Amino acid sequence: MKSFETNLAYSAGAHNAKPYLQIVDVVKKFGDHTAVDHLNLSITKNEIFALLGSSGCGKSTLLRMLAGMETPTSGKIILDGEDITHLAPYERPINMMFQSYALFPHMSVAKNIAFGLKQDGLPRGEIDERVEGMLELVQMKKYAHRKPFQLSGGQQQRVALARSLAKRPKLLLLDEPLGALDKKLRQQTQLELVNLIEQVGVTCIMVTHDQEEAMTMAGRIGIMSEGQLLQVATPGEIYEHPNCRFTAEFIGETNLFGGHVIEDEPDFVRVQSTELPRPVRIGHGITGTLGMPVWLSLRPERVGVTRRQPVSHGNWAAGTVSDIAYLGGFSIFHVRLDTGKVVKASVPATRWREEAAPIWDEPVFVSWADNDAVVLTQ
Amino acid sequence: MMNRLLSLRDSREAAARGARRSLRWQRALPRGRSLVTAVPYGWLLLFFLLPFLFVLQISFSEVEIASPPYRALVTRAEDALHIALNLGNFTYIFGDPLYFDAYLGSLRMAAVTTLICLLIGYPVAYTIARAPEAKRNTLLMLVMLPFWTSFLVRVYAWMGILDNEGLLNHLLLSLKLIDAPLALMHTQLSVQVVMVYAYLPFMILPLFSNLVKLDGRLLEAAADLGCKPWKSFLTVTLPLSKNGVIAGSMLVFIPAVGEFVIPELVGTPESLMIGKVLWMEFFDNNNWPMAAAVTIVMVALLLVPIVYLHKREEKSLARAAKH
Ligand SMILES: Nc1ncnc2c1ncn2[C@@H]1O[C@H](COP(=O)(O)OP(=O)(O)OP(=O)(O)O)[C@@H](O)[C@H]1O
Ligand SMILES: [Mg+2]
Repeated sequence: MKSFETNLAYSAGAHNAKPYLQIVDVVKKFGDHTAVDHLNLSITKNEIFALLGSSGCGKSTLLRMLAGMETPTSGKIILDGEDITHLAPYERPINMMFQSYALFPHMSVAKNIAFGLKQDGLPRGEIDERVEGMLELVQMKKYAHRKPFQLSGGQQQRVALARSLAKRPKLLLLDEPLGALDKKLRQQTQLELVNLIEQVGVTCIMVTHDQEEAMTMAGRIGIMSEGQLLQVATPGEIYEHPNCRFTAEFIGETNLFGGHVIEDEPDFVRVQSTELPRPVRIGHGITGTLGMPVWLSLRPERVGVTRRQPVSHGNWAAGTVSDIAYLGGFSIFHVRLDTGKVVKASVPATRWREEAAPIWDEPVFVSWADNDAVVLTQ
Repeated sequence: MMNRLLSLRDSREAAARGARRSLRWQRALPRGRSLVTAVPYGWLLLFFLLPFLFVLQISFSEVEIASPPYRALVTRAEDALHIALNLGNFTYIFGDPLYFDAYLGSLRMAAVTTLICLLIGYPVAYTIARAPEAKRNTLLMLVMLPFWTSFLVRVYAWMGILDNEGLLNHLLLSLKLIDAPLALMHTQLSVQVVMVYAYLPFMILPLFSNLVKLDGRLLEAAADLGCKPWKSFLTVTLPLSKNGVIAGSMLVFIPAVGEFVIPELVGTPESLMIGKVLWMEFFDNNNWPMAAAVTIVMVALLLVPIVYLHKREEKSLARAAKH
């Protein structure tokens, strides 16, 4: 059970660093609907953490509880050693960048940024100085006197960020920070945003349902489903070693095979799946028992496509090409096995230098290495 | 008599509505919406601009015992056109303190009415806008319910309430709060009360439709940035409802300036208001030019500040865009 071990090592690592924000057993109910369900999470200082999950899984609700706009039904939120569970939003050293930006339409860009500073009763000179600094940071100096409706979407987003950073909050919350931008601008902005956040040196939790965005921007990702955190780890860890079917399917594409353990040795296991012609060999042991039901997750880029039958071990299957999605740099081959299961294989274009790529209905073989399939027990 | 009285009131309101429309007209003009705007433009031209020009023309003529009772501005004699502009009506208005007092009295009454309507109407509109959606329509219905009965009937009802022998005095007497009936009827106070009553819905409705649009996330953002609720009301809700306040205030103020029926029915004979002056010039003195001049001065009094404020706002926006 290699994946579990690495996960444990990871969370142990996170606990060694002093937690800056602690979410302890937090529950939020709306009537009899549980939006957030006994959730625990620790965030270290200066970390960028992304909450990722499908629509309605409770991401925004969790963020709103951190900001103080919702009160947890039970549980505690501790920031920098202080219990903030029941503080009003305006008493928290936390600022949020809203999904819709929520810029004040009647105030200029500069006034929007100054708004939070004014609430703190800072002297005018200092407010002006800080606003100036923020405008420079987000490169909006030229637009200081414009009203929000006179700005483009990307400019509004930068103002919203500047406004939420101006108070130098202990915690910055971003709810779908780039949700309102089109895809192209979004990709440009992602790294820019990370740079800005790191430049200011602020701890940050962001919500997104775009996995690419989460993987690009965050140091750690939490996968949320039905109000619970299923896995918390680095992007690479989550992708390579998902700990459950939901995560495996949610992050990237994968082929899932249901089956059970038929051979359990210290250094390898064999899994028999009704969807595959022969038992799959996994090159490491797992903690489990013989006969226990498991799932195999096999990433498309791990699957090779050949015309010749692969030699040796059992990690291959025969089938015919049922669909090809040409994506330029690589193609996704949908191979229908004799068992009826369709396996997706992502093959780089460079693979077809010596021979022509297979065509529709051509018989082919799919194969993978011993350690390519990840065993999932839940 | 009653019919004429009503039609006078109606034309007043139409003029006021026209004034408000012309404001919108100016706003839309530079953006040039072609066909759709043609209808309101046509409407304005036909029912505001043309009548206004008629009145303007009459205001520059002289009284004559004829039908209609004024001398034509342009006459034709010996193959030449003679234009006789008579500024006498206007110099007379500005020279006689009676008119000045009447204008001032009307403006003051309208201003106080607007202010009180705003103070009562804002919290009402705010509460309705914040009420759960299911309740909102019922509450709005309650605001509009009075419109289901005739305006005059409602004013008569107030006369029944405020009269010496009226409901209110009866109530206070029977509660032994007073020994003798209060003289409420035919005072400035009674006019004020009925004016506020009559115009309040015109304040509440535009305020409501503005406040209901207020994005709740803006208030959350304000709180998030450290702003206490009462302060976010002052810095976010109130400024953002500015247009609602302006619309409501204009809907109350403009017709209130020319209000004739309420002071006539529940007011004092001494305190002359401009609506009454107009009536007297027109019907008692049969002096159409004078009545027209009184009207022109009133429209100018209302229109000039409105246009000025509007222009100023436009300029400040344009300046921000240039930066
Ligand atoms: N004020 C509320 N009253 C009742 N139910 C609510 C309320 N706010 C959220 N919910 C419910 O709680 C659940 C979680 O909502 P939440 O907004 O946190 O989802 P989300 O993960 O942010 O989804 P999305 O990605 O679509 O924004 C949803 O089922 C939603 O219907
Ligand atoms: Mg959400």
